[in-house]
Amino acid sequence: MSDVKSGAEPFVDFQDVALRYGDENGTLALSGVDFSIAKGQFAAIVGPSGCGKSSFMKLATGLAPPTKGQVRVAGATVNGPLKITGMAFQNPTLLPWRDTLRNVMLPLEIVQPHRSQLSKQRAKYEAHALKLLETVGLAGFERKQPWMLSGGMQQRVSLCRSLVHDPQLLMLDEPFAALDAFTREELWAVLQSLWMEKRFTCILVTHDLREAAYLADVIFVMSARPGRILSTHHVDLPRPRTVDSTFDPRFVEIVQQIRSEIAQTRKESDAAKPLPQGAST
Amino acid sequence: MKFKKRQLIEKAAPWVVVFGMLILWQLSIWIFSPQPFILPSPALVYSALLDYREPIIAHAIFTLTNTLIGFAIGIVVGGLLGIFIGSSRLIYAGFYPLLIGINSVPKAAVVPVLVIWLGIGQPPAIATAFLLSFFPISVNVAAGLATVEPELEDVLRSLGASKLDTLTKVGLPRSLPYFFASLKVAVTLAFVGAVISETLASNDGIGYLMLQAASQFRTPLMFAGLIVIAGMGIGTYLLCALVEERMTGWATRKQIQATGGG
Repeated sequence: MSDVKSGAEPFVDFQDVALRYGDENGTLALSGVDFSIAKGQFAAIVGPSGCGKSSFMKLATGLAPPTKGQVRVAGATVNGPLKITGMAFQNPTLLPWRDTLRNVMLPLEIVQPHRSQLSKQRAKYEAHALKLLETVGLAGFERKQPWMLSGGMQQRVSLCRSLVHDPQLLMLDEPFAALDAFTREELWAVLQSLWMEKRFTCILVTHDLREAAYLADVIFVMSARPGRILSTHHVDLPRPRTVDSTFDPRFVEIVQQIRSEIAQTRKESDAAKPLPQGAST
Repeated sequence: MKFKKRQLIEKAAPWVVVFGMLILWQLSIWIFSPQPFILPSPALVYSALLDYREPIIAHAIFTLTNTLIGFAIGIVVGGLLGIFIGSSRLIYAGFYPLLIGINSVPKAAVVPVLVIWLGIGQPPAIATAFLLSFFPISVNVAAGLATVEPELEDVLRSLGASKLDTLTKVGLPRSLPYFFASLKVAVTLAFVGAVISETLASNDGIGYLMLQAASQFRTPLMFAGLIVIAGMGIGTYLLCALVEERMTGWATRKQIQATGGG
């Protein structure tokens, strides 16, 4: 299920990947996952709840090794935490004892080569972080503590933190799920313009099909547990997309199609549920 | 205006309670008129405090010194032990039962052992103060370290952070509020430890003073000793609370001003 234009090497490449938690009797979270994403592409992964989307995050960033198969990122097999990634989650996970600017600058204190240059070139790095905060509409909030910011603002800070070290791969795990609809749509636009400017490879894991269709070039639909890729959809709408694009007939068609696919896999997994459970006890 | 008045009442409340207790005490003396060696009146205790102020001050300084030295060792050892235990689940599982065991032994029962090892007077008093105070500190620091959000750990690990990075950037700052909260508890326990040891094996200190006073039925002096210990306990507690507020304002302010929508 390759989505890479012929000739170019895929940036993220999953080959028949399975992930099982614990020993042989543990939960099989993913099975037979096979897909690839080109450099600079924006991919979204959608699926019913419990389809192993978060397990997928751990695999792609090297935080968990696959039980079977191979994960390759940037041309090399992943066998430990990658250092070229940025991550953001549903929970902003800001450090309450640091102000906004110092929260954003946290990765620079860890990732090389910034780490060793930070003390000498603090002004340069601070300017960089401030500019990033300005891009997401948080100019003037750099000295505020996280608890002074609203949920949407905290999520913007979290986005800045995941991008401040210019990662090649951005992993987003339902980053806007806890926000209200208006804030969410606002942040879609913010993320889109950041991506269009910097062109990092991005993988967005989400429940929200409109979010996936708004942001992504390609959408992978996952099945219920154990998760595998059911289908691939290309979103060929022009960028930059706006909230108006979400009423475009083509957009609605894509969302409808994915929705019916997920409804189908949910139905199948519900029907299949009583049997394996009864058999295993 | 109303808010200010409320604040004022809140500030005055502890004093009102203390004076209320004193009045109740004096009233019960008038009503039941017990022998002064059973329950002396507040006035008698006060005059004992005045009359014996020189020996009381000398003994109080001795007790305070032992307490603070024991407490200081407790902070260092307890803090390091907390970091050690909290930084790994395996170490946590291995050491926690032992720690609970050590903590459940009555410290009065340990003093004779300490006397054999360290002699009498200052060394066992410091050791007992330490033994009582390190436990809450290490348990709290370990709890602070063990409750770091897994997502945050993922963020740091995906950046290539070492264990030490995670500890210094997230673990330690996060456990600071726990640490300072435990200091308040630990310092009062350190007083308990020092006084126990002085009562059992010392020729100095408030504990010794009270034991002497008891053997001569000088009950007002015993009460004076109790009040001095309580006073020192409150003083050091307040000092720790002040340090806590200064160092970890972000943790307490969060509850007061956690607002802001949109």
